[in-house]
Amino acid sequence: MAGNKVSGQVWKVGHDVDTDLIIAARYLNRSDAEFLAQHCLEDLIPNLPERVKAGDILVAGKNFGCGSSREHAPIALKAAGFSCVIAESFARIFYRNAINIGLPIIVAPEVSKTVQEGSKLTVDPVSGEIKDLTTGTVFQGEPFPPFMLEILEKGGLIPYVREKVKNRG
Amino acid sequence: MGMTITEKILAAHAGVKEVSPGELINVQLDLVLANDITGPLAIKEFRKIGIDKVFDKDKVVLIPDHFAPAKDIPSAQQCLEIKEFSREQGLTHYYEVGRNGIEHCFLPEQGLVVPGDVVIGADSHTCTYGGLGAFATGVGSTDLAVGMATGEIWFRVPESIKFILKGKPRNPWVTGKDYILAIIGKIGVDGAQYKAMEFTGEAIRDLSMDGRLTMANMAIEAGAKNGIIEPDEKTLAYVKERAKKPWKFYTSDSDASYCQVIEIDVTNLEPQIAFPHLPSNTRPVSQATQVKIDQAVIGSCTNGRWEDLVVAAEIIKGKKIHPEVRAIVIPGTQEIYLKAVKEGLVEIFVNAGAVVSTPTCGPCLGGYMGILAKGEKAISTTNRNFVGRMGHPESEVYLSSPAIAAASAILGRIGSPEEVA
Repeated sequence: MAGNKVSGQVWKVGHDVDTDLIIAARYLNRSDAEFLAQHCLEDLIPNLPERVKAGDILVAGKNFGCGSSREHAPIALKAAGFSCVIAESFARIFYRNAINIGLPIIVAPEVSKTVQEGSKLTVDPVSGEIKDLTTGTVFQGEPFPPFMLEILEKGGLIPYVREKVKNRG
Repeated sequence: MGMTITEKILAAHAGVKEVSPGELINVQLDLVLANDITGPLAIKEFRKIGIDKVFDKDKVVLIPDHFAPAKDIPSAQQCLEIKEFSREQGLTHYYEVGRNGIEHCFLPEQGLVVPGDVVIGADSHTCTYGGLGAFATGVGSTDLAVGMATGEIWFRVPESIKFILKGKPRNPWVTGKDYILAIIGKIGVDGAQYKAMEFTGEAIRDLSMDGRLTMANMAIEAGAKNGIIEPDEKTLAYVKERAKKPWKFYTSDSDASYCQVIEIDVTNLEPQIAFPHLPSNTRPVSQATQVKIDQAVIGSCTNGRWEDLVVAAEIIKGKKIHPEVRAIVIPGTQEIYLKAVKEGLVEIFVNAGAVVSTPTCGPCLGGYMGILAKGEKAISTTNRNFVGRMGHPESEVYLSSPAIAAASAILGRIGSPEEVA
């Protein structure tokens, strides 16, 4: 998954979208991905789960994913169909969680200021290259440190650690 | 070059002499923590790693506190999952309802976390323990699963921002909560993104341990990795009564480097209110007195400690809660609850017409035990006022100290204790 290019239509949200908005606590009595996906971003974008298409890309302002540490947030986004989140900046726990569960995320400050809702983007999560197919504009996201890239390439922290544990014998 | 307290604790736990900001390090963990919401996901991921047993059965803490006592069947199932895992693993530190409390009130109280520790918790308010001089930070369930399995985690060493709080507040109702709200109001909800917030200065030295824990608790609301306060004689007095293990005091070197130094004079600071829908949306209480409220919540990992209940009781004693307001008081732990019973606080609250709940995170995150209807407004001593945080997406939460929440419960609108004659 990670390492392969993804492409899809853009959904835009603003600054400081918190994890309560991504998945409200009233749904945290369950943790299965399909259930969480049904309520993803529902207080911000009505009926989003019915309208989002697999592969779509979420473009956000600064501090995306602030607030609670709930991993249910990136899980809900991924299960709802988003292939990637691009933001001006991410809150730190969300950033780790997304990488850990294998949801590609990219820090690219210019994208939310330039790209329009509904545009089609192609994204290389590993190199961070983002192309707006509607306008032809190319953006370069911030590169990941090599070790984080390795986690992403393995598909998340658990496969990465599982391999290390196995090699340790 | 000297090191900050955060850098020193991280270096010691990475087995190196020194670390500097930006460095990626692997750190040994003294404690890992999860609750009934984040625990089940962490357990599910733990099972995939290929290690049968947690790294140390004495260093993994599981506490049902968010939707516990269970609010519905799925929540009961989640509570059961962490209980069964605790039994299977023989964990020393599983605490059942009736013998626990809100995790971040409970762990310091029971001496399970001590100065100098490195702690991760699958709960964003794990940063609370910085109030003791520990390095503590919130993580997600997958990081926690790996922590449970290996006893290690990777960190990027954070830059530190030093906040020097000077002076003594003239207003007797100004507390640690007001300091931290004022700071978040000044720097914004991402003002300390990925960084360590180190609180120092005369006003911090004067703060009680409860006040310090409140301040460190809300470091996450400025986006910080951790909040931290150098331990001193007050820390020592608190810890020596409780600690279940040895502690170590770390302090920042005088030539430690900070990416930013922010000085705040608290002399004329007023009690602060964070308006909807961000903790950074702060105003002094005098500019909030028009806001009518439907509910007042006094509790949570931010302000559910003994001192918080004492100040609320002092204001509420002999008064009546406003006829149109629900007041909900939630002691942070069973120990605090019992003390509140013995010392007459519960009687004061009940006589005034307030509800006193069992310890739970409950309403803070819109779980249960005080959910807001469409259009309702609450004053709350909790930590977040995001859209829909305490209930309906069209409800509103105003954050304050316990003193302001108590006074507002009587007034029926946001106001100060001076107004409660």
